[in-house]
Amino acid sequence: MAKILDMPKLSPTMEEGQLATWHKKEGDTIGIDDLLAEVETDKATMEFRSFDKGTLLKILAPAGSSVVLGQPVAILGSPGEDTSKLEEEARARAGKGAAPAKTDGGAKAEAQGQAQGQAQAQGQAQAHAQAQAQAQGQVVAKEVEPPIVAESVGAGGRVKASPYVRKLAREQGFDLRRVRGSGPHGRIVSRDLEGAPKGAVGVAAGPPARRPTAPGELAQPQSVPLSMMRKTIARRLTESKQTVPHFYLTVDLDAEALVELRERVNADLAALTEKGAGKDEKPEKVSLNDLLVKACAICLRRVPQTNAQFTPDAILYHQRVDISVAVAVDDGLVTPIVRDADRKSVREISAEVRDLAARARSKKLKPEEMMNGTFSISNLGMYGIDEFAAVINPPEGAILAIGQARREPVVRGDQVVPGWKIACTLSCDHRVVDGAVGATFLRELRSLVEHPTRILL
Amino acid sequence: MREISYRVALREAIAEEMERDDRVMIMGEEVGRYQGAYKVTEGLFDRFGERRVVDTPIAENGFAGIGVGAAMVGLRPIVEFMTWNFSAVAFDQILSNAAKVRQMSGGQFSCPIVFRGPNGSARQVGSQHSQSMDIFYAHVPGLKVLAPAFPRDAKGLLKAAIRDDNPICFLESETLYNLKGEVPDPSEGDLLVDIGKARVVREGADVTIVAWSRISVVAMQAAALLEKEGISAEVVDLRSLRPLDHETVLASVAKTHRAVVAHEGWPYGGVGAEVVDRIQRHAFDELDAPVLRVSGADVPMPYNAKLEQWCLPQPETIAAACKKVLYVD
Repeated sequence: MAKILDMPKLSPTMEEGQLATWHKKEGDTIGIDDLLAEVETDKATMEFRSFDKGTLLKILAPAGSSVVLGQPVAILGSPGEDTSKLEEEARARAGKGAAPAKTDGGAKAEAQGQAQGQAQAQGQAQAHAQAQAQAQGQVVAKEVEPPIVAESVGAGGRVKASPYVRKLAREQGFDLRRVRGSGPHGRIVSRDLEGAPKGAVGVAAGPPARRPTAPGELAQPQSVPLSMMRKTIARRLTESKQTVPHFYLTVDLDAEALVELRERVNADLAALTEKGAGKDEKPEKVSLNDLLVKACAICLRRVPQTNAQFTPDAILYHQRVDISVAVAVDDGLVTPIVRDADRKSVREISAEVRDLAARARSKKLKPEEMMNGTFSISNLGMYGIDEFAAVINPPEGAILAIGQARREPVVRGDQVVPGWKIACTLSCDHRVVDGAVGATFLRELRSLVEHPTRILL
Repeated sequence: MREISYRVALREAIAEEMERDDRVMIMGEEVGRYQGAYKVTEGLFDRFGERRVVDTPIAENGFAGIGVGAAMVGLRPIVEFMTWNFSAVAFDQILSNAAKVRQMSGGQFSCPIVFRGPNGSARQVGSQHSQSMDIFYAHVPGLKVLAPAFPRDAKGLLKAAIRDDNPICFLESETLYNLKGEVPDPSEGDLLVDIGKARVVREGADVTIVAWSRISVVAMQAAALLEKEGISAEVVDLRSLRPLDHETVLASVAKTHRAVVAHEGWPYGGVGAEVVDRIQRHAFDELDAPVLRVSGADVPMPYNAKLEQWCLPQPETIAAACKKVLYVD
């Protein structure tokens, strides 16, 4: 018998997924564990594999569309089976084809019913006013923008919501037509109201904002829908900048010894490769960044207050040093994690960072490889950036922004000679890391960078 | 505070009330010379003598009727059923006489009697001896029905029941008799618990579990399981099934917005259904999910030990229902 395939949960924090590519087309025979499609989640592009066998009868969500968790994406069944009933069910669940105008009537009737039901003793007039405002608000909203019909609006336009949600909507003015329901059959439950649009009542208070239409004012900008990654970046970094009290400490490190050490290490590694088998093998190389990741790991052990995170009740000092490394990818950035960086050699770190970065670019990182870092490093040296300040990657307590190694005149003794400098800026969450603590971290970092053999010890 | 078993708590309650009021007497099968089928009345025969601790023949209809008559003419009898299953034989005495006499006599007679004994399942005692009789009695106006889960409540409620002028059905559980809990020493004064008041036995924020008698203990275990998953469950122990304190239940639901009612009896109708009705009627606007019930299975109790446990609410099944009303899993 044919059945609807729903959007599966492919990462622990996934709420919706975008169908990146379908690997099967309608009519294809599907076996158990066959790759159906690739789905872009908030973390990575994940494989969506079949739990059942059969024939892919209908693709309900074409490539490029976003689908909320648990909503229909396809119909699987036997060849030639009639799918019209299931398509109808899928449509009803996805809320398409509903008559949103009815919702206004329903809301109005309900609001008035509530008002009439109020005790005479108090608040009847107030309730009437609120009911009217609510009803008007929704009518006005319909004029200025196309009604947004969520899954929870069923056939006939009735919004499916729990009684508690309806009470909250009445009291706080949520526009339930614009809320996606995560409960059974798209029911809106209280958790769905977090961050929901509080349209109705507020809109009624003032005149609707009209879109300016003066000729030649602005060329129509190209509109690119937000990718899942872009949404995640926007949400997390806004949260970070708005809720985490950042402050910044900058040091300009003398990197002469570090640059020399890197050259020596790479020369040795090249010699090792030549001696070994396989001419095709590229000589292994460590980067300044690899050395700095290791240096930071050592500093985090020495100054554990910087390897910590803020919670409302307690500071959590992490037992492990797990460093998130920012990697730029096509449409954003990700932060894969080098676990136990303090216990790994520079070569191990180097190999791991290279592997993580490569898989990040091909979107093959697993969600758990990007979760629960304890400190971040962002390096824009390869773009020729001298110095910058990074946004903390919550819930971590600090992030180090590393600029390029600069060839600059430096003073040695009484001489001005050519030298190497690297500027580093530590962004700290002041709730966890105070100024003196951040400064101590950077002092340790300076001592390691200026005596870099200690990084290798 | 000292800890005593549920069994000892009941014994203290009976002894203290017999000491306090010489109209109080107890009768039933094996309550005297044998010291009680479950040893609740141990020592009472020696202490109070055969006129106040009366062994009866195996004739529930007869001695329940004697008890009702004795109550009507001035004594305050406690009638022990070896299990509430046997009260079926005496049902007419409770339903048609004890529950009716005050109203039908226009208040000329009252019937201050306590029927008590273990209710519900024990361990493999067969289908006729594993029944939860809660609803048969909670259904009847004129009766009060109490079903405490913890020793302190058992003692305080039984003492209050003995002093009450109405016929009372006091439901215990064979598997609760050994449960220990804190009960104040008698030297600290009379322990009385108000009839008709539920108690929040564990505070929580995410979901309310309503239970009574043995299942309140199971609900506490369910709440502990949920806590490990970061779910905070509040447990309301009804203690009293009639009168039913829905105010305490509603206050909890207004806080958590989700409720699960768990009990041992069958799902059709029942006290659980009554609780659900009151929640949906009085707290409709507070509900974020339909109220769920976890009940005994809708079958005569199997004798097989594993099947028997499968038929009863378990911490896991209650926790699963809680997650369902929270829309997780």
